Amino acid sequence: MSELDVAKIRKDFPIFTRTIRDGKKLVYLDSGATSQKPQSVIDAEVNFYSKNNAAAHRGAHQLAEEATEAMESARQIVAEFLGGEVDEIVFTKSATESLNLLAYSYTSLITKDDSIVVTEMEHHANLIPWQQLAERTGATLKWFEVDTDGRLDLSSIDTVITEDTKIVALTHQSNVLGTINPLEAIVARAHEVGAVVILDACQSVPHMPMHVADLNIDFLAFSGHKAVGPTGVGVLWGRSELLEMLPPFLFGGSMIETVTMTSATWAPAPRKFEAGVPNMAQIVGLGAALNYLSTIGMEKIYRHEVKLGAYLIERLSSIEGLRIVGPHHMESRGGTVSFTFGDIHPHDLGQYLDAQGIAVRTGHHCAWPLTRKLGVAATTRASLYFYNDESDVDALIEGIIGAKKYFGRS
Amino acid sequence: MELDALYQEVILDHYKHPQHKGLLSTYDAQVHHVNPSCGDEITLNIALNNGSISSLSWDGVGCSISQASVSIMSDLVIGKSIDEARVILDNFVELMQSKGLKTGDPEILEDAVSLAGVSKFPARIKCALLGWMAYKDAVLSASTK
Repeated sequence: MSELDVAKIRKDFPIFTRTIRDGKKLVYLDSGATSQKPQSVIDAEVNFYSKNNAAAHRGAHQLAEEATEAMESARQIVAEFLGGEVDEIVFTKSATESLNLLAYSYTSLITKDDSIVVTEMEHHANLIPWQQLAERTGATLKWFEVDTDGRLDLSSIDTVITEDTKIVALTHQSNVLGTINPLEAIVARAHEVGAVVILDACQSVPHMPMHVADLNIDFLAFSGHKAVGPTGVGVLWGRSELLEMLPPFLFGGSMIETVTMTSATWAPAPRKFEAGVPNMAQIVGLGAALNYLSTIGMEKIYRHEVKLGAYLIERLSSIEGLRIVGPHHMESRGGTVSFTFGDIHPHDLGQYLDAQGIAVRTGHHCAWPLTRKLGVAATTRASLYFYNDESDVDALIEGIIGAKKYFGRS
Repeated sequence: MELDALYQEVILDHYKHPQHKGLLSTYDAQVHHVNPSCGDEITLNIALNNGSISSLSWDGVGCSISQASVSIMSDLVIGKSIDEARVILDNFVELMQSKGLKTGDPEILEDAVSLAGVSKFPARIKCALLGWMAYKDAVLSASTK
């Protein structure tokens, strides 16, 4: 039995009251793409628009004050959730923007003699910005390879991260394989050569307790919508001294200190990185989302997913012809499992599962170099969250077996 | 059930026994198309003779819809004039964009009418069109050589 009362939790999420494809129960196994939202998050956005809406950090009126207060309270919540300082939290529109912000801001600090290190298991959002930075600056792009079990090959760490390395950008947990990467050795080596470590934590912040100080990293990006929050809000956390040193990426209103017709100076971080009227309602919604997760407890969420992930892997492994792509045991692994199934193409399997009310992701999952390396054109991915339980896994297994029968006909 | 409308027997047959799959070594044009949303890929070779499609061969990876669709398309256009094939292509594209409201003209589309159900699944229309768009591109490329 789980420590979590999943039936009770599901009552917080209005979407679970609807049905799919002619009255089927919704079995949502696509939280790796985006999570569902509890009523408290939906209410937070509605309340902001209904009661407090005005442009934060602008205006001399009560509503502007309230909007500013609501947004800055959310910043405090994010800071506490990550174990960082309030001024180290930059709001963006997405994790993708957070990573692009860094890649652009670092342009003037990287030269052709430098190297940038990524891994083969990066989501396109944490690969292409660095490819492009390398192209703009002439720097060399290097990467850690992935072994057949879906783990990073760190045997070459001293030749991948070298004296000329300035940036090491990697995912905390693979969105395809579920692999949780070991950070300690990578962070130690990166800091030894004076490089910064940028963590794509989109698949870890929503799923496990995170403390940036313990991880000893330099930057972290995550998106609100994967952590039961709204779309349209992402977070960049960075060490205050690094945020202070970095030039801004977007220019415009409210990121300035003084402006003349020919020049401008910048507000201190985080405002320096938040040009334009921010996505206030979404930021407020993110605050409500992290409060919701904290009330449930990130330790409990993590343990629940590990336990359910083990059950998912066990059941999947029992199906003949099914191949799990990624680690087969739960050590350093989350509840995201990709697989192939005989000669049934993932797109067809996903379509059949959809007809049973089961939502999974199919394709290359925005990590094309990884799926190519693993020799699969596409996979089917089931990704778990704390509102899933064994009945969801059972439905998936039954669906997969049903698909074999369905496509094996004629 | 809508799923059965999508996966008709004739589609599964073409998926299991794809026609004209395996690239011929002689051709006037070769194109390579991908579906970036799912990673499906196709390489298509075409040869023209006097304004007609004298040979067409292809290879690729993809779901049953994309593979069956290119197989059906190959059967349909080989031996036809480019103009006749254009009518078939236009009819098929119109069918795919019909949101389930059209059934397709079996006189023109033959086996391809079995793909009519795809038009009700917006995410799958690109799968069905992958091979046809490769064909369109290949004919253009071969004709302008």
